[in-house]
This record gives sequence, C-alpha cells and structure tokens, in this order.
Amino acid sequence: MSALGAFLAGLVFGLGLILSGMTDPGKVIGFLDLTGNWDPSLAFVMGGAVQVGFLAFAIARRRTRNFLGGAMRVPDRRDIDARLVGGSAVFGIGWGLAGFCPGPALVSFGSGQDKAAVFVAAMLLGMLVYTIAERTRRTSAAA
Amino acid sequence: MSVDWTHFTPWTSLAGGMLIGLAAAMLVLLNGRVAGISGIVGGLLVPRRGDIGWRLAFVGGLLVAPAAMAFYSVNPRIDAGFATLALAGLLVGAGTSYGSGCTSGHGVCGISRLSPRSLVATAVFMLAGMATVFLWRQLA
Repeated sequence: MSALGAFLAGLVFGLGLILSGMTDPGKVIGFLDLTGNWDPSLAFVMGGAVQVGFLAFAIARRRTRNFLGGAMRVPDRRDIDARLVGGSAVFGIGWGLAGFCPGPALVSFGSGQDKAAVFVAAMLLGMLVYTIAERTRRTSAAA
Repeated sequence: MSVDWTHFTPWTSLAGGMLIGLAAAMLVLLNGRVAGISGIVGGLLVPRRGDIGWRLAFVGGLLVAPAAMAFYSVNPRIDAGFATLALAGLLVGAGTSYGSGCTSGHGVCGISRLSPRSLVATAVFMLAGMATVFLWRQLA
C-alpha cells in the first residue's frame, strides 16, 4: 500500500515536472540567466508547489502517524553548517552548468534521452563518492 | 535584464508546480516522507532493510511519467555537451549529498515547512546557479 502511494507520488511529481517545463534544461538556464533573456517561469513552478506544499506540511505537522498508520519522518534539523552551504553551492554550480537537477534528470532519463542518462550516471557516481568518503571518515574517526 | 516572452509559460508552470506540491503532499501524508529526490535516490546507495521499496516505487513513478504524458510534447533544449553533463552530474550528486537536498527537498518541501536550513540552502544553490550561468555566458 505504501509502495503504491510512493509510486503514485513519483508519477504525479514527474507529470508536474514535465508540465511545468522543468524537464527542459534550456528553460531552467533561462531562469538562472538573470542578466540575459530572463524566463521567470520557474518562479511560478516554485510558487505553485509551495502553495500546495504549505497546506500539506501544515497538516503533516499536526500528525504523529501518516494516513497509512506509519511513522512520520520529516527532518527536524535546524543548524546551518558549512556542509549545508558548501554542498548547496556545489549543487548550484552543477545545476547552472547543465540545467538539470535530480528530478528532471531522472524524468528525462525515463524518456530515453542519452544526455540525461550521462548526467544521471555521473550524479549517482557523485553520490557514491560521498557515501564512500563518509564511510572512510567515520571509520578513521572511530579508530 | 529583459524578459524572454517567447519561452515564458506562467500557467503551465504554475499548474505543473501545483502537481509537484500535490505529489509532495501525497508522499508526506501517505508515507511520512519528504519528497526530496536526491535524498530518495541517495538512500538507495546505502540500502537499509524495509527502507528500499518506497524509494524504488517513487523513482519508478518518475521514470514512467514521460510515457504517461506522451501526448504532451516537450522539446528539451540541452545545450551542454557530454563532458559538461558528466561534470555537472558529479557536482549535483556530491553537492546534494553534502548539502542534504536539492530543488525538491530544500526548494519545495523545505520552503513549504519554513525550514531555516532549506531557506539557506535554496538561496545558496539559486545564487550559485545564477553566478554559474552568468560566468558561462561571459566565456561563451
């Protein structure tokens, strides 16, 4: 049941990304190109998503269990550290270079684009590098 | 600054954004999870028992979305070459891991819950993306 819910959520998320124009890297770069020929569309994507999301998280905040009876696992960290800022900056550079962020890249990969496949493979490699680096760091800290 | 009226799509972008918000609502209310794509995918690289199915199902939904929406044609403009895409992918993968989120987890869900971490992260990756595009335009 929860897997079906997650599948439908992923599907609706993907449909939203396609309809909104997020799967067109040119459109994303057009939004980031403030001093050039600026395409403000992405601000409307964020606005629409946050309007609905705000209501959803207001409901979620008041619940201790989800509607299927499972646990709520919403993050609760509030600290702002160098990893958050540095990581987000590195992500932003990659986003600006290609015009892809993780969701639209996966959807574009699903539509069979070879360029998206290269991006997704490199993204997974980047995540794997982090996983290995973290494991090494923890092991050496424990020793 | 001038507005690119040719490509500006306020209504479909707003409607698409609301669908993204609806998807985030479904995932948090049915699964108790934040719809952060980088986190969902990253969690598959360190699989834990009982924590794999919903991640695979969500990613599966993303992957079949183009087939479900085949009637709506998108002509993606992918200007970046393969080498740039590979570099960008590496930066996005590592950056979102260290920064604990991307456009969906921090940008959509985090701002919706007014998380201070997500507000900072979103401001940083937006500015970094804008600076990158600006510098790229100067070089090109």
